[in-house]
Amino acid sequence: MSIITTKGLTKTYGKIEAVRSLDLNIEKGEIFGLLGPNGAGKTTTIGMLCTIVRPTSGSASIAGCDVIKEPAQVRRKVGIVFQDPTLDTVLSGRENLELHARLYGIPKAIREQRITEMLELVDLRQRSDDLTRTYSGGMRRRLELARGLLHRPSVIFLDEPTLGLDPQTRARIWEYIKKMAQVEQTTVVLTTHYMEEAEQVCDRVGIIDHGRIIELDSPDALKESMGGDTVIIKVREPRLEEIRSLPYISKVIVIDGLIEIMMRNANQHLPDLLSHIQNVESVEIRIPTLSDVFIKLTGRDIREDAPEDSGGWVDSVVRYRQRGS
Amino acid sequence: MNDRRVRRELMGIYAVWWREFKVFQREKSRIVSSIVQPLMWLFLFGSGVGASVSVSHVNYQDYIYPGILAMLVLFGSVYFGLYIVWDRKLDVLKAILVAPVSRLSVFMGKVLGGCTDVTMQIIILFLFTFLFPSVNPWGIPQALLLLFITSIALVSMGLALGSLFESLEGFQLISSFLIFPLFFLSGALFPVDEKLPFWLRGLVGLNPLTYAVDGVRGALLNIHIFPFYVDFIVVTFFAVVMFLVGSVLFSRMK
Repeated sequence: MSIITTKGLTKTYGKIEAVRSLDLNIEKGEIFGLLGPNGAGKTTTIGMLCTIVRPTSGSASIAGCDVIKEPAQVRRKVGIVFQDPTLDTVLSGRENLELHARLYGIPKAIREQRITEMLELVDLRQRSDDLTRTYSGGMRRRLELARGLLHRPSVIFLDEPTLGLDPQTRARIWEYIKKMAQVEQTTVVLTTHYMEEAEQVCDRVGIIDHGRIIELDSPDALKESMGGDTVIIKVREPRLEEIRSLPYISKVIVIDGLIEIMMRNANQHLPDLLSHIQNVESVEIRIPTLSDVFIKLTGRDIREDAPEDSGGWVDSVVRYRQRGS
Repeated sequence: MNDRRVRRELMGIYAVWWREFKVFQREKSRIVSSIVQPLMWLFLFGSGVGASVSVSHVNYQDYIYPGILAMLVLFGSVYFGLYIVWDRKLDVLKAILVAPVSRLSVFMGKVLGGCTDVTMQIIILFLFTFLFPSVNPWGIPQALLLLFITSIALVSMGLALGSLFESLEGFQLISSFLIFPLFFLSGALFPVDEKLPFWLRGLVGLNPLTYAVDGVRGALLNIHIFPFYVDFIVVTFFAVVMFLVGSVLFSRMK
């Protein structure tokens, strides 16, 4: 069942088409990634689905509610974690959640319990009474995740949830996202330009460029479309015919005494493959990544578009500190 | 259904107000500095000028006490409203604005929050009443009411201006060309009588804050130009207009 449906969803700013006629179906319960460089239209798409940005044309609905006609209902059904931090750093972690709970009309009877539950889910209960200005970047993100899910939305949107965090913290945030999607049974729609992270988390990804979805499938299927994995083997007496006859092999070429084997799922089939070959001297596996897929589709590296990493984030934290002092 | 919606909106208003109140409680240094400034006007400026001047048979310090109360309301309220420029810059407002609560409710919560903030400061200043022998403490409730309504007007004005500006560059402009003229032309520091030059009297008469100062001075010192009900009507009208303008501009804010 589709929980998000868009038909010809378009947003233009003057002459610039930020999102062009987007048709999208996102299934209930899946983790869906919108991948693309900055300016591709990811944030605008999320903005339209959250009723912050008014579409120029086309339609979209979330859990049966029309984004344009029933914005109030849609807002109650979605949770959002923005790209830039939006925590109130004058308030404690718990107070941030209390504010949110009131804004979303969570009844007093269940408020406290729900807040504690979410704080525990993101492991922030111990620090919940400290002002959020004392939190680290990763803790702030976790609290924002908890806040986004507090009112039990059907869909949570995460716009670059790991932007500006160090790699270790990023990995933890992804773990929390997976955990939360599972525990809360929420559909997750996220944007990121960290391809290798997206492929570990997302059930399906849509690659978006210049306001258009150019490819949409599961990360595995997308990588498969690259022709599968490549295994390069150095061996003294190759028995090529036997290798070619294996069901998971798509192509075998010999170059300078090295055998280049194109195959599906190298990680899984490699032991079997090697059992058919004697006297192997060396093995090298090349598994395509989503970045490779992106380069193939767009002709350029996603990183070339200079992601606005850390800068904005850190700046605003610093500025906020200055206000507080 | 309708009833539920009203309750949701009320909860939203309360949520925004609650947030502002928490901030007020936490930023103690800001409260101290906002109280110290009027006290300096009263005791340093007031005693200095008061040494050689008295007005309407009262000590100059006592005479400007109502004016300084109005000044606190003016500066406190407008700056409170203008602060949303910051909140927007830091994206703190963003999370509130995407909640299923109408913009009007968020605006109302902000206005109430600002009024509470300013009223608390006024109450602190009222604690110093005993230092001004001519001030009649029984007039305080009436004065407080008028100052509260004035604060609604001025917080709304601050929020209205704040929703128009994208950056803090407008701050200085608003200070120089709006807040200070409003203050100096309100009769806070001098009596508005026939001794004033004609043009100055005209400008003072056009300033809604003049009526706030006049009403408060009437309540506390029994010195006034207009009857209290006139001051009350003018100030209330000013508050209604500002509230409407503010809510429209706030709703249109990007």
